[in-house]
Amino acid sequence: MIYAVLFWEFFKIGLLAVGGGLVTVPFLYELAETYHWFAPEELADMIAVSESTPGPLGVNMATYAGFKTAGIGGGLLATFGLIMPSLLIIILLARYLQKHPHNQWLEDILIFIRPAVLALICSAGWLIARAAVTDYVHAAAALLCLLLIHFVKKSPIFYIILGAVGGLFLA
Amino acid sequence: MRNNLKISTELVGVFLRIGLFTFGGGYAMLPLLQAELVEKRKWLTQEQLMDYFCIGQSTPGIIAVNVATFVGYGRAGITGAVMATLALIAMPVLIILALANVLTLYMENPYVAKAFTGIRIVVTALIAEAVLKLWKTAVKNFADAAVFAAALLLSVFGGVSPAVIVLSFGLLGGILSLRKAKK
Repeated sequence: MIYAVLFWEFFKIGLLAVGGGLVTVPFLYELAETYHWFAPEELADMIAVSESTPGPLGVNMATYAGFKTAGIGGGLLATFGLIMPSLLIIILLARYLQKHPHNQWLEDILIFIRPAVLALICSAGWLIARAAVTDYVHAAAALLCLLLIHFVKKSPIFYIILGAVGGLFLA
Repeated sequence: MRNNLKISTELVGVFLRIGLFTFGGGYAMLPLLQAELVEKRKWLTQEQLMDYFCIGQSTPGIIAVNVATFVGYGRAGITGAVMATLALIAMPVLIILALANVLTLYMENPYVAKAFTGIRIVVTALIAEAVLKLWKTAVKNFADAAVFAAALLLSVFGGVSPAVIVLSFGLLGGILSLRKAKK
């Protein structure tokens, strides 16, 4: 049954794709080759769509790929498959950490990981900046946004809506 | 049990909103989490949120989902973990399924493109601000700054995958920790 296969394949992806959303792409490519649920060329479309709708990239990719394969049911099952490993692993991990707090070994590891992850966040921000800031006007707009965000403490959601509206009228 | 259910409802509300307004991947969720969880509701400190991201980046699965599960568990156990995660993905899944048949129209719509030009600029600025807020928790001394610089160079110029970077520095930390314990 295709639903079971979809769930299982995306469960594997959820388990193996460690890191950001785009890590799922090579796995999806393999899926396309193996099962012919969708054409490899369609992957570029999927990435574009996943970046243009809200939500984590990997989730969007799973939903869209699942939908292309087997309609709404496929979309739902692929997504559930993808998030299942996270749910299981993180719940177990969180439970363990709650029972064994103040783990010195973990703290020592985290001391190194924190600046590395901060760098990764910067790196991701840089990629978004490269796509977003295409000329000096955009750069000035970004800077203006940063100043607003820093000094006028409103919710990020407010600014995102502002950005969408601003883009509609000014772009 | 009943308390967990009430807290879970609150969790669902928060993560539904976060799922709806996360544009640009898991890290773009960070400013929203900071605002909603750390600043507005004080459910977490910046340090705790940072640690969830660090652990979430090092374990299997999408970082956004991992963080949601973590936060949910911290608030209301397994119920919270499941509710928060489902809430996070609910809107994205619904939107894609709803739009799926008209996606080409959506993607080629000039208004959508214009709106996204604005959204991307805002997200860039939001992430910059998020980094500023986290800086003190992540970079406390010269060694941290060196790790930051190295990881940044590896990622941006070296094209090294996030998983490799995180696991390498994690391993380094683990080894140094063991050596410290032996002394």
